[in-house]
Amino acid sequence: MRLAYSPSIKIIPVPCTGKVDAIHMLRAFEKGADGVYALGCIEGECHYNHGNLRAKKRTEQVAALLDKVGIERDRVAMFNLSSSQAQRFVEIAEEMTARILDLGPNPIKTAKKKRVA
Amino acid sequence: MIIADKKPIEEIIETIAPFEQILILGCNECVTVCEAGGKKEVEILASALRIYFLNQGREITIDEKTIERQCDHEYLEELRGRVDRYQAVVSLACGVGVQFMADKYKTLEVFPGVNTCFLGATETRGVWVELCQACGSCILAQTGGICPVTRCAKRVMNGPCGGSTKGKCEIDKEIDCAWQLILDRMKRLGRLDKYEAVAPIKDWSSDRAGGPRKIIREDVR
Repeated sequence: MRLAYSPSIKIIPVPCTGKVDAIHMLRAFEKGADGVYALGCIEGECHYNHGNLRAKKRTEQVAALLDKVGIERDRVAMFNLSSSQAQRFVEIAEEMTARILDLGPNPIKTAKKKRVA
Repeated sequence: MIIADKKPIEEIIETIAPFEQILILGCNECVTVCEAGGKKEVEILASALRIYFLNQGREITIDEKTIERQCDHEYLEELRGRVDRYQAVVSLACGVGVQFMADKYKTLEVFPGVNTCFLGATETRGVWVELCQACGSCILAQTGGICPVTRCAKRVMNGPCGGSTKGKCEIDKEIDCAWQLILDRMKRLGRLDKYEAVAPIKDWSSDRAGGPRKIIREDVR
């Protein structure tokens, strides 16, 4: 289909979203990522039974933690889709990009730049 | 095992705010199993704290380390030579580990990163239950392996109290009556004779009421 989506998104492949731990998402923010989202299989259709459900909980855990440390919780999210839903993939990418543009850059990145300057 | 629960991050932030070099120290034992203070929790807490202080525009060193056990001299010794570079340590071990650490490194500020709660087990993932109060004088042999000291709110020793209704405790409908559990188990074991025997007055001298306890074993000393 060769659908276009925002070039600001960097894809990190994992065998299952169950592999994504809270620390992976947090480190991305520490390194300056403006947003992080996990794309998992549709609920109830995980090849490993519960991988996407675990990722959902971890995403919620990270969102709650970010909230407590002064980073907007909307910067992290999880979506579910099947591998054949290219159109949905693009929709999500655009939705997340719009959300992050609305929130602005990761405040950590701004704070780091200020310190260097 | 010892069950602990995470402390609210706001409380930890407030505690460590005056310091510039901090070590988050995990423990590979009980607190790892109850997902409160193992390597993963250390990484998550340290990362969240770094994010918080960076966001506040403060340059604070927050390092991570997890050792095998914080309640053993030999493992705490691993830190000698390294802890000198920190002003404070947030220990994610149980209260025993925190105190051991504070006692060993006398000029270092040591703060607890978890709330140590009780002796218990994992009922299911994310649910931990209290099963032992370490009363120092175990009566499980007489009660079918179910502890009335821990699991009965009144710690009664001779059958259920008047607040036991349909197998539940009067303090909470979700809590099983320990003596109902004991009775059911004794029936299954065919040992109702044990249930009917009047228990002697329990020796509470080994319980916590006498102050901090100590065991001295000359055979292994």
